Amino acid sequence: MSISLIVNGSPHQVDADPATPLLYVLRDDLALNGAKYGCGLGQCGSCTVVVDGEAVLSCMVPVMLLEGREITTIEGLGTIDEPGPLQQAFIELQAAQCGYCIPGMMMSAHALLRRNARPSDAEIREALATNLCRCGTHMRILAAIRRAGELMQAASLPEPEEGRAG
Amino acid sequence: MWAFRVVIVFAAAIILAAGAFFFLAWRSEIPEEAAAAEAAFAPELVAKGAQLAALGNCIACHTVPGKPAFSGGLALPTPFGTIYSTNITPDRETGIGGWSEEAFQRAMNEGVDREGDHLYPAFPYDHFTRVSAEDNRALYAFLMTRAAVKAEAPQNDLQFPLTYRPLLAAWKLAFFDRGALEPDTSQSEAWTRGRYLVEGLGHCGACHTPRNAFGAEDRDQYFGGGEAEGWQAYAINKDSKAPIPWDEQSLAFYLRNGWHEFHGVSRGPMAEVTGNLSGLPDSDIMAIATYITSIMGDPTPERGQRAAQLRETFEGDYLEQAADSQSSPVSASGGSPGEAIYLAACASCHEGQRRQPFGGLNFNLSTAVNAPNPQNIVNVVLFGLPPADGEASAVMPAFRHLLSDQQVADVLAYMRERFSEEQPWAGLVELIANTRSGAHKVTIRPSDGIERAPHNVGAEEG
Repeated sequence: MSISLIVNGSPHQVDADPATPLLYVLRDDLALNGAKYGCGLGQCGSCTVVVDGEAVLSCMVPVMLLEGREITTIEGLGTIDEPGPLQQAFIELQAAQCGYCIPGMMMSAHALLRRNARPSDAEIREALATNLCRCGTHMRILAAIRRAGELMQAASLPEPEEGRAG
Repeated sequence: MWAFRVVIVFAAAIILAAGAFFFLAWRSEIPEEAAAAEAAFAPELVAKGAQLAALGNCIACHTVPGKPAFSGGLALPTPFGTIYSTNITPDRETGIGGWSEEAFQRAMNEGVDREGDHLYPAFPYDHFTRVSAEDNRALYAFLMTRAAVKAEAPQNDLQFPLTYRPLLAAWKLAFFDRGALEPDTSQSEAWTRGRYLVEGLGHCGACHTPRNAFGAEDRDQYFGGGEAEGWQAYAINKDSKAPIPWDEQSLAFYLRNGWHEFHGVSRGPMAEVTGNLSGLPDSDIMAIATYITSIMGDPTPERGQRAAQLRETFEGDYLEQAADSQSSPVSASGGSPGEAIYLAACASCHEGQRRQPFGGLNFNLSTAVNAPNPQNIVNVVLFGLPPADGEASAVMPAFRHLLSDQQVADVLAYMRERFSEEQPWAGLVELIANTRSGAHKVTIRPSDGIERAPHNVGAEEG
């Protein structure tokens, strides 16, 4: 069956069983390998993507529920040459160790920062409660998300003050 | 002259009635005890009090989530208006720092505060009146040794004339049965202990018994199912809808561990109850199970037969044959919309290969699917079970961003039809919309745990 999905702003026609989890379609049909298969059970968060502004676990969501909805994956946050503020901050603060959980972490953070550019640590922890990291880089992840919030705010200012790059 | 006599008699009657009411309603103030908060208590007494406070689940109502334990201020919505819980830390000004033990005993026993004002029965003194003086002493020792927190609870927001507390004397006259329970010598020691724990501090009936128009527990429908914090508290008498009826062993296991393979995980306000009960000894947990199952009684032969079949299907190693964590979605072409969503989004966990408590409960075993009111499933589908802070817990993803009201209703209607022999639920879409919008307020919290005070410290706070 053909289903139309909007991923990172582009429309796609996908020929898939409507019960197929979004994650499989992203990786197998659209070659968007950023979202990771971790547990396949909605327990680890490495498959997190954003649907209409909210973080959801793509391994749990059948594509039948996503017709016409805005899906954003980590590939939609920036490119290798032009990383977005979240990616920039994660690189700057070296928040990844093995990196497997990081796309999911970033997508949960992306959903949070969209509604709240200056979240408290408690709010970040709450938003990322469903994302597990086995390497234990949580403190750097927290720092990177705070930094990304700063970068986003700086980018949205009309004229950033000179000499205050940090 | 005749008219004058009538007036006299009338006036006398009013004065007499007023006098009688005054006599009924008036309670003396117990003087403040300046040194109460500085008193020293034996550590064993405090430890016992900690257990009792956990049993009483005091922290649940007397703490705003995220604020210091027992500092009060939690809004308790009632049909009569909003009542705010009080600060029961030993702060002299805003808490119970000036309360003598006598004042505390009287509050538990009679529902009257130190100043002599009647307390609203949101404070379940209809149960706490059963608590022994000895246990109240331990509770008092525990509370008076917590950290004093200065926190003034907001004013209650009640309809007139309920703001006039002496009226509560009339409520008590009608609905309050004061004092310890009559001993029942025909029963076992465990049953007697269980009854004391359940009827007294445990105050299980406060949620599990429906309330009448005056907000009092309806004793004719004892344990017939009630409501708490936007969740249904299931019937725990003969009307229990558990597909495999509870027995002493399964109930004790559930209360001890917060889950059971035939019943699933504790959630909503019950999650705090099982979380709190972890402080109690096994013998007390078993006693509670003994007493509650005696109220449930033996299941009817039909129910027993059906349960035996379910046991055969779901007991022991039925999951061991295919221990593969990969979810394998099942496609349902031609089925109802609810069936298609259920099979693709729900079945991978709820008919999956993982055991309780971390796997989804098979709905053939679900009380929720068989309950008269679908509220609990609506709550869990929309809001999920969030992970507990800093410890392993059963989780479920929230579906509120993925499913429309109609889609949730479709899934629930399908589940009701497939997994239950009860009548279809009515008014699903409206109930789901009201739950989603917050018109029906629901507290969302992790399974099996205490999430009130910061860092899950629960009753150990202070």
